[in-house]
Amino acid sequence: MPKKSVYKAEIEYLQVMDEQGVIDAAQSRNTLSDEEILELFKFMQQCRQLDEIAFKLQRSGRMGTYPQNKGQEAAAIGTAYAAKKGQDFLVPCYRENAALFMHGLPMHYVLLHWMGDERGNQIPEGVQQLPLCIPIGTQMLHATGIAWAFKMRKEPKVALTYFGDGATSEGDFHEAMNFASVFQVPCVFICQNNQWAISVPRETQMRSKTVAQKALAYEMPTYQVDGNDLLGVYKIAKECIDRARGGGGPSFIEAVTYRLADHTTADDARRYRDQKEVDAWLGRDPLIRLRKYLETKDLWDETKQKAAEERNKAIVAEVVKTAEGIEKPSFDDIFDFTFAALNPELEKQKRTARTSSLGQDPTQVGLASGEPVHQ
Amino acid sequence: MPRTDVMKQKGLTLVDAINEALEQEMHRDSRVVLLGEDVGANGGVFRVTEGLQKIFGKDRVIDTPLAESGIMGTAIGLAMAGMRPIPEIQFDGFLGPAYDQLTNHAARYRTRTRGAITIPLTVRVPVGGGIHAPELHSDSPEAIYAHTPGLKVVMPCTPVDAKGLLTSAIRDPDPVVFFEPKRVYRSFREEVPEEEYTIPIGHAKVVSEGTDLTVITWGASVFECLAAIDKLPEDVSVELIDLRTIYPIDLDTIVQSVQKTGRCVIVHEAPKTSGFGAEISSLIQEHCFLNLKAPVQRVAGFDTVMPYYKLELDYLPDSKRIAESVTQTLAY
Repeated sequence: MPKKSVYKAEIEYLQVMDEQGVIDAAQSRNTLSDEEILELFKFMQQCRQLDEIAFKLQRSGRMGTYPQNKGQEAAAIGTAYAAKKGQDFLVPCYRENAALFMHGLPMHYVLLHWMGDERGNQIPEGVQQLPLCIPIGTQMLHATGIAWAFKMRKEPKVALTYFGDGATSEGDFHEAMNFASVFQVPCVFICQNNQWAISVPRETQMRSKTVAQKALAYEMPTYQVDGNDLLGVYKIAKECIDRARGGGGPSFIEAVTYRLADHTTADDARRYRDQKEVDAWLGRDPLIRLRKYLETKDLWDETKQKAAEERNKAIVAEVVKTAEGIEKPSFDDIFDFTFAALNPELEKQKRTARTSSLGQDPTQVGLASGEPVHQ
Repeated sequence: MPRTDVMKQKGLTLVDAINEALEQEMHRDSRVVLLGEDVGANGGVFRVTEGLQKIFGKDRVIDTPLAESGIMGTAIGLAMAGMRPIPEIQFDGFLGPAYDQLTNHAARYRTRTRGAITIPLTVRVPVGGGIHAPELHSDSPEAIYAHTPGLKVVMPCTPVDAKGLLTSAIRDPDPVVFFEPKRVYRSFREEVPEEEYTIPIGHAKVVSEGTDLTVITWGASVFECLAAIDKLPEDVSVELIDLRTIYPIDLDTIVQSVQKTGRCVIVHEAPKTSGFGAEISSLIQEHCFLNLKAPVQRVAGFDTVMPYYKLELDYLPDSKRIAESVTQTLAY
């Protein structure tokens, strides 16, 4: 029998708005209205302000390690805006704060998390999202499971999960994709390909020319989009989310973007990457092109910019004040969420702040009446 | 003797000493390769492998894809095929994805092949809390691996011990988990011999001799114990043992000490229940029952998830808790 081709594939790259803020008319259908673009631009600026201030908080010793989101906001906002707030479910890693805020997470929660306080993970009731996920690539399986539950219960909901290019090297990523594909769950996988996993560039991380092609193995609709193009990201996300909601199964989006900052504040990217590369990407910042576009439409100008900056400073200052105003958790907090109900040993450790049996029961040595040691 | 005065000495930090041991072993044995996330160009997130890629090239100091199970599993394959791989797992909490490869495969190969296939592997892992790190960056899982037959578990806390024990681990014919207490990575310097040397795995160190009570600990807790001893009245004579190797445990040093003192306090960061202190306590009652003047005490982390950093110092056993436990055990 002669050889024959058994599989052919192609991956499309989409960009609706270019770096100059010019929209490709042929691609602009089913994207955002100018009013929406304006609102999302203002929101993006606010998120950027928070990100910059978070960095400064760390540098001035008021917060622990923080991973900046700078430059990747369009991928987060474009996808989250395409989803239904309070209905669809977000499963993040840690570089899409804007998506979480858009779906109702109060901004100070993210600061609290990085201030070393679990209450930053105590997602308010009604907000449909998981907290930040620190280990790499473990959360996608949870998104698949959440989407699977939606399917089992026939709820018209979609799960969106975010991860980076590095995460697609983890086994959990492939397991999540395969389960989602086999069980045709309503999940949208969003890879923020920001080109760097700490010090490892994408070309070293994988030999694949695109991240998007990894989804071909799971027979999933898959796309590559300019991740700094809010309109392009939104357009593809909307298509994927609508299809998932309609029972069409999972999809994969590779949002091509760039980590403009260090991996975290504990990192120094100058050790391993060329500043020229960073400079080139600075010009592709989503905020720059959106502003250019809005200015050509007479929807934005320097006066509005100044006013927005003042407003954002005030908003973020208030967020910082809220986060910093929250007192250190009580000692009991270490224990109280271990189980629905504490067992006697945990109760004793909590009450005595001790693990030594003599310390837990001082009467054994006749030293004390057994009163609590801490407080 | 690493009392608190040692902290002023010039010399190498723990990070420097580990780096030096790696470099010397790589010069000595061309089979030794380092692999892990960010170990190459970046020199590791704690800079432990700093400069080594420049010396030995990208084929021996390897930036891998971001996959802990992949790192561990391929390191096992490298070891099977005659290399001496040293995988780095970036943080204690990230051992999770590599757990299956380490415990079900690296640890068992010698046994299941009746010695035909062996795994000379040294897994380096920064361990423990106290540096204000994010979630899953501050755990102390040594007991889990000590409880895995087929693995040796080492946790030195001084530069001299780290260099000598790492050299032994690399030359060991079996898999060794080499935990590096990150809290003391750079907290002090110590004179370290320039030439290569080994400190045998399985030997504890008597840090300070004493007659009234034995304190047994390892990792960064050694320094909390030293601080606790400083808080005690001068006429209290405490013998401090730094275990250095968790498994195989140095029973002789422990038994000799507790038979002499009759009292013992064990200190570790990991949760109390099923922590390695439980094993030590059990061994003491087996071997020193008639010598004991007081119940063996444990000062450990609580049986809770390691809290985020706002509360981590409330969780970690500190010198105050240790000193109180010592006082109560002495008063028993």
